[in-house]
Amino acid sequence: MHVPDGFIDAPVSAAAGAVAAGAVAVSLRGARRELGERAAPLAGLVAAFVFAAQMLNFPVAAGTSGHLLGGALATILVGPYTGVLCVTVVLLVQGLLFADGGLTALGVNITNMAVVTTVVAYAVCRGLVRVLPRTRRSVTVSAFAAALLSVPAAAAAFTCFYAVGGTTDVPVGQVLTAMVGVHVLIGVGEAAITALTVGAVLAVRPDLVYGARDLTAPLRLCVGGEPADAPPSPTLDLARAGGAPTPALTPRSPRKVLLAGLAISLLLAGVVSFYASAAPDGLEKAAADEGIEAGAGEHGAAGSPLADYGVRGITDGRLSGGLAGVIGVGLTVAAGTGVLCTVRIVRTVRGRRAGEPSPAATGSPAPRTPRDV
Amino acid sequence: MGAGHAHMLYRHGSSPVHALPPHTKLTAVLAFVVVVVATPRTAVWAFALYAALLGTVAYAARIPPGLLLRRLAVEVPFVAFALLLPFVARGERTDVLGLPLSVDGLWGTWNVLAKGTLGVAASVLLAATTELRGLLLGLQRLGLPPLLVQIASFMIRYGDVVTDEMRRMRIARESRGFEARGVRHWGVLARSAGALFIRSYERGERVHLAMVSRGYEGTVPLVDEVTASRAQWSYALALPLSALVVCLLGWTL
Repeated sequence: MHVPDGFIDAPVSAAAGAVAAGAVAVSLRGARRELGERAAPLAGLVAAFVFAAQMLNFPVAAGTSGHLLGGALATILVGPYTGVLCVTVVLLVQGLLFADGGLTALGVNITNMAVVTTVVAYAVCRGLVRVLPRTRRSVTVSAFAAALLSVPAAAAAFTCFYAVGGTTDVPVGQVLTAMVGVHVLIGVGEAAITALTVGAVLAVRPDLVYGARDLTAPLRLCVGGEPADAPPSPTLDLARAGGAPTPALTPRSPRKVLLAGLAISLLLAGVVSFYASAAPDGLEKAAADEGIEAGAGEHGAAGSPLADYGVRGITDGRLSGGLAGVIGVGLTVAAGTGVLCTVRIVRTVRGRRAGEPSPAATGSPAPRTPRDV
Repeated sequence: MGAGHAHMLYRHGSSPVHALPPHTKLTAVLAFVVVVVATPRTAVWAFALYAALLGTVAYAARIPPGLLLRRLAVEVPFVAFALLLPFVARGERTDVLGLPLSVDGLWGTWNVLAKGTLGVAASVLLAATTELRGLLLGLQRLGLPPLLVQIASFMIRYGDVVTDEMRRMRIARESRGFEARGVRHWGVLARSAGALFIRSYERGERVHLAMVSRGYEGTVPLVDEVTASRAQWSYALALPLSALVVCLLGWTL
């Protein structure tokens, strides 16, 4: 997906360059904060790994093969800041040395492939790790979902650039359909390989997987088989909030409810819509009967790839509807998690300002609105 | 490991282009590509002039044309995409060999092909005449953040080592009778990738410790400062400036 010169016009390329420079500056600061002076050798070696892993060919079938893109993998393994830096450096070297991707399009390429991929993958992975049970398998599952969504997200970001600064007048909906359609397929392969690789690393060095760093139990000093120190705090929320006092009772986690809700919605969206009737729903039927529909314009998002609850490019109507449902649920959950996290952060900050223990600091999970149930 | 200290795209030589300081060459290539992208696509002759300019540089650098053309093959994937444009673009149609093609799409194809090819050719010339270390020094000289330059230099330095490790793992797999034939074998390959990551990360930790024990404090001392004289600057900037003249002519004519 390396964009060549001349694909995006000069002003938009410059704007993308500014965005990329800002993101890289933020990541430089973040990586320095996380890794300190170890940043250069570690990020350099991980970039070399990404570069080498892109050369590893995965046979698909009948002689064709694909390879890893590596953005999501790097993020889950070493964290978002270092991940952005690694992919940026790989793109920079590819552009300068191997002429892969245009130099004026470097900003577009970095924004798409280093920033969007990484941010989406990290958000999805963290959100899922937090919701799913605290096991190794759930990290692998989150890695799968993160990689699966990150690739089409990068394709969608490219389409945005193309819509604003494309040099040819191609209908944007068509570009989006083609790009996202192809990249969903690529994303499936990427997701499988990323999940398998993360699983392999987890089995040997779970401490190296940044996305699973909450899952490692805190180390305890034992003398003669007996713990020598005070029992460590039961949840990690406490450790992160700076050692707040342990509450006597931890309320039951809403995790099971949330998981059940997610499973049911996915089931409904993916499987039941497979068999759902294509008859218009109540309002649409009423509108048609009353003749209101003639005045109704096409919806603004009618050109979107999910318009009318179907993924374009997939001819089987049922399969397409089911897929669209699953994607829709995924997007809704991602958006909801984002909103919840923001609300929680705002509350924590306000609570600290007011001098009272915030909901996050007392160990009880912030009240969550039940969704998808 | 026996690959020597130059990357495979570098072509050793002692031409005037090789002798230019790297940051002047980087500036020249960047400015040239920007000018090319800003040229209106209807000025077909301008792109011929740009190609002639690059040809002059290749001649001065004594890069054989065959090598240049072979390395242009890297842009084949975009060509496939560009060739699709006339079929999907909107606007008035014209008949080419009985196919209704969009005029705007044809111009778009030409635009991407011409500008993309010129950009790739400029990058290939830069890579063929500049050593890796020189490129990194030049980037640092041009104001890229030192940490980013350090990461890039570590990546380039250890890229061969990590790739070699991957090759040895492949040989180890194959000598045990493994042959990846389909999706069923992804698990094995992914486990190799995981092992490669762990080895790379641990190598990074060892490299860091080795550097700390030699007095590393977060910055790499710059031993050789690259400087460029006024003559070298003007020599390097001759390319983008002449391109700029062509571009301005393209806008006015």
